[in-house]
Amino acid sequence: MADTHVDEQEAAPPARAHGGRHPSPKEYIRIAVILAVITAAEVVVYYVEGVQEFLVPILFAFSALKFALVVLWFMHLKFDSKTYARFFLMGLAGAITLFLIVLITLEVWT
Amino acid sequence: MATVAQPAEHAVTEHAETSTGLPSTKLAIWLFLASDCLLFGALISTYVLYRNASTVGPFPSDVFDIPYTSVSSFVLLASSLTMVLALAALQRGDVARSRVWLLATAMLGLTFVGGQVYEFTTFVEEGLGLSTNMFGTSFYVLTGFHGAHVTVGILMLLTLVALSFGGRITPEGSESVELVGLYWHFVDIVWIAIFTIVYLIPTNPPAAGG
Repeated sequence: MADTHVDEQEAAPPARAHGGRHPSPKEYIRIAVILAVITAAEVVVYYVEGVQEFLVPILFAFSALKFALVVLWFMHLKFDSKTYARFFLMGLAGAITLFLIVLITLEVWT
Repeated sequence: MATVAQPAEHAVTEHAETSTGLPSTKLAIWLFLASDCLLFGALISTYVLYRNASTVGPFPSDVFDIPYTSVSSFVLLASSLTMVLALAALQRGDVARSRVWLLATAMLGLTFVGGQVYEFTTFVEEGLGLSTNMFGTSFYVLTGFHGAHVTVGILMLLTLVALSFGGRITPEGSESVELVGLYWHFVDIVWIAIFTIVYLIPTNPPAAGG
């Protein structure tokens, strides 16, 4: 006799092993709307004359926010095992270090 | 005997016998993505280093069309949404809807790549070839590598759709969709960085001396 009860499983939220639940479709749509709004803001800021002095830090902040939203929610790092996050952060840290070394030693944006 | 579709968490717990207690394939894809971070980190750094090093045009400000590239960015972001909706539908046991979202993701990816091909064609017509100047070389190599990644992602998505029609993508086997999804979202976050650093951050004036 099966000890699996489909009704109970369907009623339960989609909990995952090695981490918490994954977001619901509504949450995914909410994140996508936020991403679209930030992208629109990036483009608007690009054309606004008054903020050109702070354009680079503003764009980097927007970009970092979008990056974090996709990685944490769409790629589930917020909900999955921290081991995955450690693996990914290892590569990301290497990439950012390389980028900063280029910026600083070669004074690219000065 | 249980023959009904089971939620995905049952499939995931089957990996509990690995030394980490985590599915090895998922660890492997995260390790691959970490290594790909280094690849794109190097390519983006190279672009930043050389984009102002051209002595002859066209220069970035001569060729970039920000509204057009913005639309491409929205398309790729939308494809990330359809990808997670495909996974969510599969984990709910709705294979047919998952297939539709996977197909939508592939179509949005194709739209993005088509847009990139059009952009490259336009740039070449405006005189910016791969070997025209340092900006052209670093730009085409960076965005070309990204476009190649998107193309590989589209092929994987279409393979999933084909497997799904063959009944080989099931809620119990949702891990394959999750892994392709991770790759697809990675392609998206790389574009987030490229859109900002390559297209939106203004370049310095061209170096003197022609």
